[in-house]
Amino acid sequence: MGATTIAHAADHSHEAHHHEESFVSKYIFSHDHKMISKQFLVTAIFMAWVAVIMSLIFRLQLAWPGEGFAFTSFFLGDKWAPGGVLDPNMYLALVTIHGTIMVFFVLTGGLSGTFANLLIPLQLGARDMASGFINMLSYWFFFVSSIIMLASLFVEGGPASAGWTIYPPLSSLPKAMPGSGMGMTLWLVSMTLFIVSALMGGLNYVVTIMNLRTKGMKMTRMPLTIWALLLTAVIGILSFPVLLSAALLLLMDRSLGTSFYLSDIYIAGEALEHSGGSPILFQHLFWFLGHPEVYIVLLPALGITSEIISTNARKPIFGYRAMIGSIMAIGFLSFLVWGHHMFVTGMNPFLGSVFVFTTLLIAIPSSVKVFNYITTLWRGNIILTPGMLFSIGLVATFIAGGLTGIILADSTLDITIHDTYFVIAHFHIVMGMSAIFGMFAGVYHWFPKMYGKMMNTKLGYAHFWITFVCAFGVFFPMHFIGLAGAPRRYYSYSEFPMFDGVVDLNIMVTIFAIIGASAQLIFTYNFFYSVFRGPKAVQNPWKSNTLEWTTPVEHMHGNWPGPLPVVYRWPYDYSKPGKAEDWVSQITPLEEGEEEH
Amino acid sequence: MTKLLILIVVVLGILAVAQLARVYELTSRLRGKREEDISTADNRFNGSMMWLFAIAYFGFFLWLVLAYKDKMLPVAASEHGVEVDWLLNFNWLILAVAFIITNVLLFWFAGKYIYSKDRRAYWQPHNNKLELAWTIAPASVLAVIIIYGLNSWTTITAPASPDALVMELYARQFDWTARYPGADGGLGATDFRLINGTNPLGIVTQESVATRLAEMDQEINATDSVLAHTILADSKVDELTEQVGRMRRNKARIINLRTIMEQDIKEKGEASAYMHGADDVVIKEFHLPVRQEVKMLIRSQDVIHSMFLPHMRVQMNAVPGMTTSFKMVPTITTDSMRTITKNEAFDFILLCNKICGASHYNMQMPLVITTASEYEAWMDEAMKKPFQAVVPAEMPATEPAVTEGAEPAAVAQTGSSN
Repeated sequence: MGATTIAHAADHSHEAHHHEESFVSKYIFSHDHKMISKQFLVTAIFMAWVAVIMSLIFRLQLAWPGEGFAFTSFFLGDKWAPGGVLDPNMYLALVTIHGTIMVFFVLTGGLSGTFANLLIPLQLGARDMASGFINMLSYWFFFVSSIIMLASLFVEGGPASAGWTIYPPLSSLPKAMPGSGMGMTLWLVSMTLFIVSALMGGLNYVVTIMNLRTKGMKMTRMPLTIWALLLTAVIGILSFPVLLSAALLLLMDRSLGTSFYLSDIYIAGEALEHSGGSPILFQHLFWFLGHPEVYIVLLPALGITSEIISTNARKPIFGYRAMIGSIMAIGFLSFLVWGHHMFVTGMNPFLGSVFVFTTLLIAIPSSVKVFNYITTLWRGNIILTPGMLFSIGLVATFIAGGLTGIILADSTLDITIHDTYFVIAHFHIVMGMSAIFGMFAGVYHWFPKMYGKMMNTKLGYAHFWITFVCAFGVFFPMHFIGLAGAPRRYYSYSEFPMFDGVVDLNIMVTIFAIIGASAQLIFTYNFFYSVFRGPKAVQNPWKSNTLEWTTPVEHMHGNWPGPLPVVYRWPYDYSKPGKAEDWVSQITPLEEGEEEH
Repeated sequence: MTKLLILIVVVLGILAVAQLARVYELTSRLRGKREEDISTADNRFNGSMMWLFAIAYFGFFLWLVLAYKDKMLPVAASEHGVEVDWLLNFNWLILAVAFIITNVLLFWFAGKYIYSKDRRAYWQPHNNKLELAWTIAPASVLAVIIIYGLNSWTTITAPASPDALVMELYARQFDWTARYPGADGGLGATDFRLINGTNPLGIVTQESVATRLAEMDQEINATDSVLAHTILADSKVDELTEQVGRMRRNKARIINLRTIMEQDIKEKGEASAYMHGADDVVIKEFHLPVRQEVKMLIRSQDVIHSMFLPHMRVQMNAVPGMTTSFKMVPTITTDSMRTITKNEAFDFILLCNKICGASHYNMQMPLVITTASEYEAWMDEAMKKPFQAVVPAEMPATEPAVTEGAEPAAVAQTGSSN
C-alpha cells in the first residue's frame, strides 16, 4: 500500500541523515516537525504581544477619550498620537491590525501551526510530516507574511484600517481613508502569503494523517486532537482559496481598474467609472472563508482540551464517537452559515431565514460537546494542572460565548445588535478566549514534550486565575455596552449623550484589560525561563496514554530510536477497571478477553 | 524620560517575578518536589477557586444586570421593535436556564472531584441514551427559537403596504441627508453622475441632466484649452489628457441616460420616475409622523454605511450601487419619549454602524417623531425652502470632525474637484 511505501521511504531518509546538523539546518531552515512547531509558537507569541499592545492603546482611548497617555505616544510617536492622544485614523488601523494578527497570525498560524506540527507525527507514530520540505516552506511563508504585516505598520498613511474584514469600497479606494493606500496593498500581499502557508500546512497535515499512521492506529483509535486537526486542515483547504480569490479580485479593483466590487461611487468630488460590481459579493466571498475560519481557530483548541481533560480527569473522554461526529457536523455546517454575518446588508430576507436555520443547527453539536466535557469531569479524579485549568476555562468561555451566539444567529434579534459591542463580546469570548485558552492549555501540557523541560506550575496558576478573571472582566460588560446600542469601531462615544450611562463600563473593561495583559508577562517569563532553565522533564509527566509520551525526552530525528510503536487500543483507557494503574498506554497490547472499550 | 521610566518599571517588574519564581523553585527542589506532581494542597486550592469563581461569576452577572438595566436602550419606539424586544427577552430566559445549569455543573464537578490516591475515576466511556437525550433536548429548544425568530423576521421583512410613506436616507462620508417626495407623492430617479453642488443626491430630471451636461462641456473645454495653450510638464499633460478622457466617457454615459429618460417619459408620461424628481424635498433633517408606516430607502454615495436607529430596533446597510430598504411604524413621539425616559434632552438618533472612515464615530442625525399634524406643518415649511437654505444651525457638528480626523480625504476632495 501507499502508506507503507511512504513509511519505508521515511525510514530510509531517517537512516541516511544521521550526521551532525549545522546551526542553520537545525534551528532555521529545519525540516523537523518538532522544530517547525516551536518556530510557529515563538513567532505567534511575538505577534500576540504586538496585537495585545495595540488593544491596550485603543482601550485607553475608549475608556478616557481624548486624553493623552505616555504609553500611547511611546509606541506611536507624534505622527499618530500627537500629545499621546490617539489619532482617529490610527484607531481604526489598530483595531484592524489587532483583529488580523489575532485571528490569522496567532490563532490560525500560531495554534494550528504549533500543535498540528507537533502532535500529528508524534500522536500517530510517524517519523515526520509527509513532506518536511513543504512543512518548512509553510513556516517561512508564514514568517515572511508576518514581516510584511508588521512592515505595513510603518508606511505613509498607516496600515490597513478598514476593519479586519476589509469591506470594499472602503478598502479599495485610497480616497476613502489613508489606510486604504500602501497599507492595504501590503495587507493583501501579506494575507496572500499567509494563505499559501496555511494551504501548504493543511495539505501536509491531511496527507500525513491519512497515510502515515503507525500500525494499529486506526482512524477510530486516533486521539481527538488529531481528529480536530484533521477537520481543521480540511476546512482550511476548502475555504482559504476562496479568501485568496476575494483578495485577488480586490487587488485588481484597486490597481487594474476592474469593477468586481465597485459600482456607482462618487467620492472626493469625482464620479468613478466603476460600474456593475457589488460590494456584497466581496462579503459573500469573505465570509465563505470568514465563518469556517472561526472553526479553524476553535476546533484545534477543542481537540487539545478533549485530550487534556480526559488525561487529567483520569477518565475516558465521554462519548468519543459523539465527539468525532460533532466535530464533523460543525465542520460541515460551518460552510453553510456565512450569511449570518450579512442579515442587514440588504441580502434577500428569505436567504436570511435559511442562514438562521443552518446557523442555529450548529448549536446542537456544540452543546453535545459541552455536555460531554462536563460528563467527563463528573466522578473523575481530577488533577488540576495549569493545562487542565485552562481547558476547564475553555469550556466556560465556550458556554458563555456559544449562548450569545444563539441571539446573534436569530436574524430578528440581529437587527438591533448587529455590529454593536454585543458582537465584540460574543466573538471575543467564544472564539478569542476559547482558542487562546486552548493554546495556553496546549503549551502547558506539551511543554515537556517540546522543550524537555517543565514550566513552573505556581506561575501557571497565577497566570490562569488572573487571565480567567480578566477575560470575563473585559468581555462580559461589553454585552451590556452593546445592549445599550453602542456600535463597534467607534473612536469615541462622547459625541452621544445616549451612551453616557455605560462610560464607567468602558473604564472597567480597560482596567481589566490592563491587568489581564500584564498577566501575560508572567506566562512569557515562565515560558522563556523554562525553555533555558526549567527543571528537566521526565518522559511521561502526566501519565498519558498517547504515543508522543513514548518518545525520548531529548528530541531526535525520526522521533523513535527503534522501530515505530505499534498501537493496540484507543487513547482513553484511563481508570479502566481491572488495571493496576489508572492509565494504559496505547502501545500496551490488549489482554486476553479484554474489550477495547 | 518617561519612556525610560516606563522601561525601568517594566524591567524591575519582570525581575521581581523572576526572583520570586527562583525562590519557589529552589525550595521545591530542596523538598524534592517535581513540577508535574500536583500536591493535594494545590488541587484543593484550585478546586475551591473554581467554586469561588463560579459564585463571583454569577454575582458579577447579576450585578451587571441590576446596575445597568436602566442604562440599556429604553422601550422600543416602533411596532416591530416591541416584538423584537419580546423575542429577545424570551431568548434570554431560555439561555439563562442553560447558562446556569451548565456552569453550575462545570464548576461544581471541577471543584468536587479533585484527585485522591485512594479513588478511581468512574469508568464510563459512553452512554447512548444520555447522548441521545442531550442531542434531542437542544434540538427541540432550538426548534422553538427558530420558529419564533423566523415568524417575526418574515413579518418585519415583508413588503411595505401601498399607503406607506416612502422616503430616502442618503449616506456619505460623514453625514446623512433625507429626501421626501414632493407634492406629486413620488421620489424621482437618481444617478450618481449628476451629483454636483446643487444636486447632492444626483436626482435625475430633464433640467438636472441638461445642467450637468452643460457643466461638463464647460469643464472639458476648459481642460482642453489648458492643454492647447499652456506649456506643461509631460506628466501633467498625461494627467490632464486622462482626465479629459474620463470626463468625455462620463459625458457619453450621461447622454445615454438622457436617451433612456426621454424614452421612458415618452412611454409613461407623468408616471415616469424621471418626472418626479423636480419637487423632491432634500433636507438635512429627519422627521417622521407617529403611527404612520414608513418605508425608508437607503442609499450610499461612497462606501458602505449602515442606517442604525437603535431606539426603533432598525438597522440596514447603505451600499453604494444598490438601494436597500426597511419599513417600520414609529409608535412613540420624541416628546412622549422625553417623558418616558425623564430626560428633557432625549433624541432618537440615527447612527452610522458600518466602519466608513475617520469620522465614522460621529456620523449622526437626530430623528424627530411628531404627531401627524406637526409633521405636515414641518413638511410644508420644508417644501418652501430650496436645499441649501434648510441646513439648520443645530446640526451635529460633522465639519470639525472631518477637518480634525480625515485630513487626507478632505484635501483630496478639494484637490480633484476640478
